[in-house]
Amino acid sequence: MNLLDPQGPVAAANSTILVDSVFIMLVIVVPTIFAILAFAFWFRASNPKARYQPEFVYSGRVEMVVWAIPALTVILLGGVAWIGSHQLDPAAPVPGTGSPVRIQAVSLDWKWLFIYPDQRIATVNTLTVPAGAELNFQLTSSSVMNTFFIPQLGSMIYTMNGMVTKLNLRADNEGKLQGLSAHFSGDGFPDMMFDVNVISPLAFPEWVAATAKTDAVLNADSYKKLMQQGVEKGRPVYRLDDPRLFDLIATQHIPPGPGPELASEAGRPHSGGHDAR
Amino acid sequence: MLGKLDWSAIPFDQPIPLVAGAMVLVAILGVLAWVVVKGHLPYLWSEWITSVDHKRIGVMYILLASVMLLRGGSDAIMMRIQQAVAYQSQGYLPPEHYNQIFSAHGTIMIFFVAMPFVIGLMNLIVPLQLGVRDVAFPTLNSVGFWLTATGALLVNISLVVGEFARTGWLAFPPLSELSYSPGVGVDYYAWSLQISGVGTLVAGINLVTTVLKLRTKGMNYLRMPMFCWTTLASNLLIVAAFPILTATLAMLLLDRYLGFHFFTNEAGGNVMMFMNLIWAWGHPEVYILVLPAFGIFSEVVSTFSGKALFGYRSMVLATMAICVISFMVWLHHFFTMGAGPDVNAIFGIASMIIAIPTGVKIYNWLFTMYGGRIRFATPMLWSVGFMVTFIIGGLTGVLVAVPPADFMLHNSMFLVAHFHNVIIGGVLFGAFAGFEYWFPKAFGFRLDERWGKAAFWFTFTGFYVTFMPLYIAGMLGMTRRMQHYDVAAWRPWMIVAAVGMAVLTIGVICQIVQLVVSIRNREALRDRTGDPWDGRSLEWATSSPPPVFNFAFNPDVRGEDAYWEMKAHARQQSFEHEEPEYQDIEMPRNSPTGFVCAFFATIMGFALIWHIWWMVILGGIGAFATFVVFAWRDHDEYVIPAEEVARIDRINIEERRSLVSMAGAV
Repeated sequence: MNLLDPQGPVAAANSTILVDSVFIMLVIVVPTIFAILAFAFWFRASNPKARYQPEFVYSGRVEMVVWAIPALTVILLGGVAWIGSHQLDPAAPVPGTGSPVRIQAVSLDWKWLFIYPDQRIATVNTLTVPAGAELNFQLTSSSVMNTFFIPQLGSMIYTMNGMVTKLNLRADNEGKLQGLSAHFSGDGFPDMMFDVNVISPLAFPEWVAATAKTDAVLNADSYKKLMQQGVEKGRPVYRLDDPRLFDLIATQHIPPGPGPELASEAGRPHSGGHDAR
Repeated sequence: MLGKLDWSAIPFDQPIPLVAGAMVLVAILGVLAWVVVKGHLPYLWSEWITSVDHKRIGVMYILLASVMLLRGGSDAIMMRIQQAVAYQSQGYLPPEHYNQIFSAHGTIMIFFVAMPFVIGLMNLIVPLQLGVRDVAFPTLNSVGFWLTATGALLVNISLVVGEFARTGWLAFPPLSELSYSPGVGVDYYAWSLQISGVGTLVAGINLVTTVLKLRTKGMNYLRMPMFCWTTLASNLLIVAAFPILTATLAMLLLDRYLGFHFFTNEAGGNVMMFMNLIWAWGHPEVYILVLPAFGIFSEVVSTFSGKALFGYRSMVLATMAICVISFMVWLHHFFTMGAGPDVNAIFGIASMIIAIPTGVKIYNWLFTMYGGRIRFATPMLWSVGFMVTFIIGGLTGVLVAVPPADFMLHNSMFLVAHFHNVIIGGVLFGAFAGFEYWFPKAFGFRLDERWGKAAFWFTFTGFYVTFMPLYIAGMLGMTRRMQHYDVAAWRPWMIVAAVGMAVLTIGVICQIVQLVVSIRNREALRDRTGDPWDGRSLEWATSSPPPVFNFAFNPDVRGEDAYWEMKAHARQQSFEHEEPEYQDIEMPRNSPTGFVCAFFATIMGFALIWHIWWMVILGGIGAFATFVVFAWRDHDEYVIPAEEVARIDRINIEERRSLVSMAGAV
């Protein structure tokens, strides 16, 4: 999950900006730290060679330099931020080979549901994508906020109930990656890590076909069962009954998921954490 | 009768909070019993609890902050141990407990450690630096302190009665709404912040008024010490920002108590509005904390370098620039919410712009040291340690202000490391520097230097060993608030961080030992001059501890570094030997208003949390009645006769004269 080992163009661009920004700043930060330590050491009271200049309390030239150095750095970095924000806007397209794959991600309490509306399948806690293709994500939440994040593919984005956020990514190399939720969402939050299988574009249709043979069906009823609070240890897959399911969730035609049951009237609710264990 | 409260609220099944709570209870009862048996109660009541003296209130603020630092620190230790052991296992803390701990840790450290510490130091020192006898509203000052204490008390009660929020320290909805957090945890969180927030707001109003309206003769704005400027900036931010927090939490409470839909999923509630509002307070908040610390470092670096502050006007400009710009950057806390590239870029650049005045400050401290004669007493060590550490925190801060970088670092352990880097390296180091620097002023004896230096080195090292690994964990994709994890690459860094936490703990222990050792050796460490560090501003012009009226005569200020100039002047011309004509001084009377009001506020807060409505009414009426009684008071001042003033002041002048003649001889 190393951010400096990107597996797609978005992550590569993000981490390049990250590293470049650090180096731009190090150019002034390192000499400044050095100067602090050097001045502090040289002008120690016990050093007879240091010249005491109590009247050196203002210098127009020094003032100009100390305002200019951070200002110039910020102008440079501001340019990086402006261009980077536009090029790497999560909603900006990320062209790839072959036809784009549409994926609708829903954060549930406490698992990820990935709906492939064009393939009419859905998976839980596993995201399987073809290498090289543009991945168009639409994201929402069944209940509380979460953040969808695959560190080695780049750019995270919030999921919120009643709203749809957009994110475009691309995975360049076949292999296994990991994703997670990057916004605390309750007792089962640490179990919201998911597998990302990047497979060859040729194997992808085969995987879709194999998945579509499953008996489990995802429709409004089975979705309501799935969105109950709890941790999913397995990796269930579904045939998708209604390709508009995501829209029903995002427009709240399916109401938001329920919270925990109260064990008693007193302050401590029944813990979802018991299910987590 | 008791609302939602019954025996199931006490966590008999959870040994950790129960034992911890029992220990705290025994400790409190022990101290109370000792106070009563030894007969200290009347003294405590008349000299401290009802005191409206800004110095006493400042000391009580700092005491509250120190006690809560131990509580918040224990939470930190538990979290670091949990993350060190919870690899492929549940560790020793179940999620419902771990989630309370990190929520309480953040809430306590910001609201009940950092805030009271800096407000305490401002209270203690600013009127002295301005050369005046008290703050603008002495009784209100006491009310503010006691309401803050109420908030802290409610947070601690949640340890044993009910639960604390499990939502993180900002309680984001919809997780903090009734449907997803049906327990009393969020209510404890919200009501303790509402009550202490009122306290903070009145403290802010009080200090702004004090700086604007109560300055001694000749103390115009551009002669004020830097700490007064940063106090002004910080308290202007309090006055502007805390009402936003109060309003936001009020809306959340309306959702939870009366079925409103400000931030719910249903009925058009908008969670993004909460994010905006809470950060519109939350970002100024970090500058509320760090600006006073900047002021402390300015005083310390200048004093221990034996030079006036370099580029004073530039520093004033930088301070006020930070004060204004800090209100325009809040959106950088949620670049990943999908706001669009223009909005993200503009707020990213605005956030970077704050780094300019902050950078200027660092360079001005640097050039204050240049050409100085630096004495490395403990406060100066904290200051140099701060400068080095804060630059690193500033670098990572600007980094996460670059939206594309933030898209990978948002909410990660990298972010956790960043804000601890600036809050520990900035605010806490500043608070400790101020504590060491002004302790002799408050109590009349110095702190032990050896233990102080040991505390610095352990804390400084411990900080790096704890938080540098968290930067790395963040670069490895680790997000914050994980109760357990299965990623092997994260584990070594969590173990190193736990070791660092142990070193930090030794630092805190050294600080406690320092205090104990210094109190026991106080006669040897006694400072009779009132000016142990060869200071430059007016707080050093009076005795230590200062008399209740601070100054027998309000000093006449003729330039920057007022006291330094007085000393130089006195050296040239020697002190005038004729005795001035002393006059009666009127001082505000002590008042139990603050304590009684907070007593009723505590009852009301507790009753609101548990839905005990008759008790809410009782507490509300009590608090209101306290104010009415105070408003109808007949006497609010008492007179200190001129002879008494003369007696106290003669001692001070005598000591000071011998100091100046000694310095003149050198």
